[in-house]
Amino acid sequence: MSDIILQVENISKQYRLGLVGTGTLSHDLNRWWHKVRGKEDPYLKVGDINDRSKKALSDYVWALKNISFEVRRGEVLGIIGKNGAGKSTLLKILSRVTSPTTGEIKTKGRIASLLEVGTGFHPEMTGRENVFLNGAILGMTKNEIRNKLNEIIAFSGCERYIDTPVKRYSSGMKVRLAFAVAAHLEPDILVVDEVLAVGDIEFQKKAIGKMQDISKGEGRTVLFVSHDLSAISTLAQKTIVLSNGEIAAIENTDKAIAIYSNMESQAAVFNQEPLKNVPSVTRVEIVTSEGGVLQANYKPFKLNFDINVPEADYKNLSVSFQVFNNLNKAMLFSYIFDIDQPICRKKGINNLSYVFENLRLYKGNYYIKVHLANSKTRQKFQEFDCCSFEVEMLNLKEPEWGWQQNVCQYIDDGKWVY
Amino acid sequence: MKVSDQNWLYTISSKQKLIDFNFKEIWRYRDLLTLFVKRDVITVYKQTILGPLWYIIQPLFTSIIFTLIFNNLASIPTGDGVPAFLFNLAGITAWNYFKACLTGTSDTFTKNQGIFGKVYFPRVIMPLSSVVSNLLKFGIQLLVFAAFYLFFVFGKGATASPNMGLVFLPLLILTMAMLGLGFGMVISSLTTKYRDLSFLVQFGVQLLMYGSAVMYPLSYFDEKLPEYSWLVEHNPIAIVIETFRHVALGVDSLYPSKLIYAIIFSVLVFLAGLIVFNKTEKSFIDTV
Repeated sequence: MSDIILQVENISKQYRLGLVGTGTLSHDLNRWWHKVRGKEDPYLKVGDINDRSKKALSDYVWALKNISFEVRRGEVLGIIGKNGAGKSTLLKILSRVTSPTTGEIKTKGRIASLLEVGTGFHPEMTGRENVFLNGAILGMTKNEIRNKLNEIIAFSGCERYIDTPVKRYSSGMKVRLAFAVAAHLEPDILVVDEVLAVGDIEFQKKAIGKMQDISKGEGRTVLFVSHDLSAISTLAQKTIVLSNGEIAAIENTDKAIAIYSNMESQAAVFNQEPLKNVPSVTRVEIVTSEGGVLQANYKPFKLNFDINVPEADYKNLSVSFQVFNNLNKAMLFSYIFDIDQPICRKKGINNLSYVFENLRLYKGNYYIKVHLANSKTRQKFQEFDCCSFEVEMLNLKEPEWGWQQNVCQYIDDGKWVY
Repeated sequence: MKVSDQNWLYTISSKQKLIDFNFKEIWRYRDLLTLFVKRDVITVYKQTILGPLWYIIQPLFTSIIFTLIFNNLASIPTGDGVPAFLFNLAGITAWNYFKACLTGTSDTFTKNQGIFGKVYFPRVIMPLSSVVSNLLKFGIQLLVFAAFYLFFVFGKGATASPNMGLVFLPLLILTMAMLGLGFGMVISSLTTKYRDLSFLVQFGVQLLMYGSAVMYPLSYFDEKLPEYSWLVEHNPIAIVIETFRHVALGVDSLYPSKLIYAIIFSVLVFLAGLIVFNKTEKSFIDTV
């Protein structure tokens, strides 16, 4: 059993809403007065949970509340959650950019953070000079950098421009160079936030590979925040799901991702208000083979749409949908165009269905994305996610070792010849 | 396995000590300090034609103007046998260092919020690097001053003479650095919340120059405006500049008691700056 390298105990972070800077003087004085008398900060008691969509009841909000977890040496821990769930705040506290309002973090190793690559690049200096500066900012000494300079430059793939000022670099080159520096850091704990969003596919692969090396090969601990669920599932063994500043789950990555995608949308039926003056989908329903949101592989699956049309004889409507898996990869697509055969021509609600005789999707969690547009004017009326469901392998003969996660995307007909 | 028994490398906590400087850590980041200094020096005059010559041009022209206005027009005396130009150059060279230290550090937090918001390193490295890179600039200006000094003494027969006090020059420089850095750190900490101070610095520094004996000797001020002279006499910068001219040119007077007062004052300001800065760096990113 490997030992615990990082322990987070009851971390909370409070922020003040609205215009920071106005009226803080009076709060500051009040706070100071309480402190002088040895009392607790009066503003720590108030505070709502961090739900972006609800109106605030008090001026203070808990961006993080009572976060506790442990990380073992060599572990890659993923952190997922919706926008504003507190992911970045947590990483900021971990990397000591800001301090927690309450709670404590104990660590046995040096933490280096990679919150946004290229921090501290100076546009007027050359790539080489910036490698030194950036490395030093991230905590390396000059000697460490000098020893790895060639490796860093090679990894970045910017040999040719290394003595050119960084202001002449493309944004992709800057990211490559910056990631190359960061990847050659040797901290005990590396904190990474969404760095892979930039850079081309080839470089993203290289970056993920490097991170795998760091964790598996060199036995370093990595905390990895991303919206890219497939990157999370490739890299992390364990994942934290954050929701409204609190931990919703700490589970093995597959389970955590399932929990996360179920938080997004669950119901088999999806209803929404019609749009004014343009066509809109007001209701989507999935009819699964097993009822509810459970679907068996290779069984019938049906989608029912209610489409509201503002005028009779509306032409050129196009309806399409995609089925995505829980890693946000599109699995299936189908469409229907009014120009091919009239659909939804009557005023008000029109019904439309799509039927899969045998849904071949493999075991996993899926959701539907619906598109509604006018094929002539190219105007897009709607695009939204709805109706998630789960596919189980209920009818096929189970392999000896059971149905594993992510073995394939779908199972097709075909047979072994021998 | 009880967790509390283990040896943790460090703890991130909400609790704060009054003074919480990790000198070992600052020492570990010393390479960063030199790289920041290097960055400051090589990037300031990139894409300029005259480059580092600007370091020299600015004090020279200011001295010429000062000589024309204050000495030729307003007839402020500068002491026997000391050319007014040399007198002004000495004052401006010293004043420039203090001013650069103050203005260079007083916007540490607001100017660097991008980088401070992304990555951790001991924040005090930033103002320290500014003081060190300004020291290089000051060194160049001091050489220019020395060149003109030799020119006037040997070429023109001026009687300015340095004295033994010159060995205390490093102490004077240190005093100015501590004053500029101390005030700069206090101001930069307060501006994270209250931006008013950044406006104060802009014209406050300008006004302070007139109260810092840059273009007149303290004795002359005493003679002309005796009721306000306590203001200048208690200004540590004025004392340092006066002392600098005394040891370098042999003009003005040396008051050891006042010098000691100035040194103690700057040490106190420096310590206050460190404490305030240290308190602010923990969570300024939430208020900036």
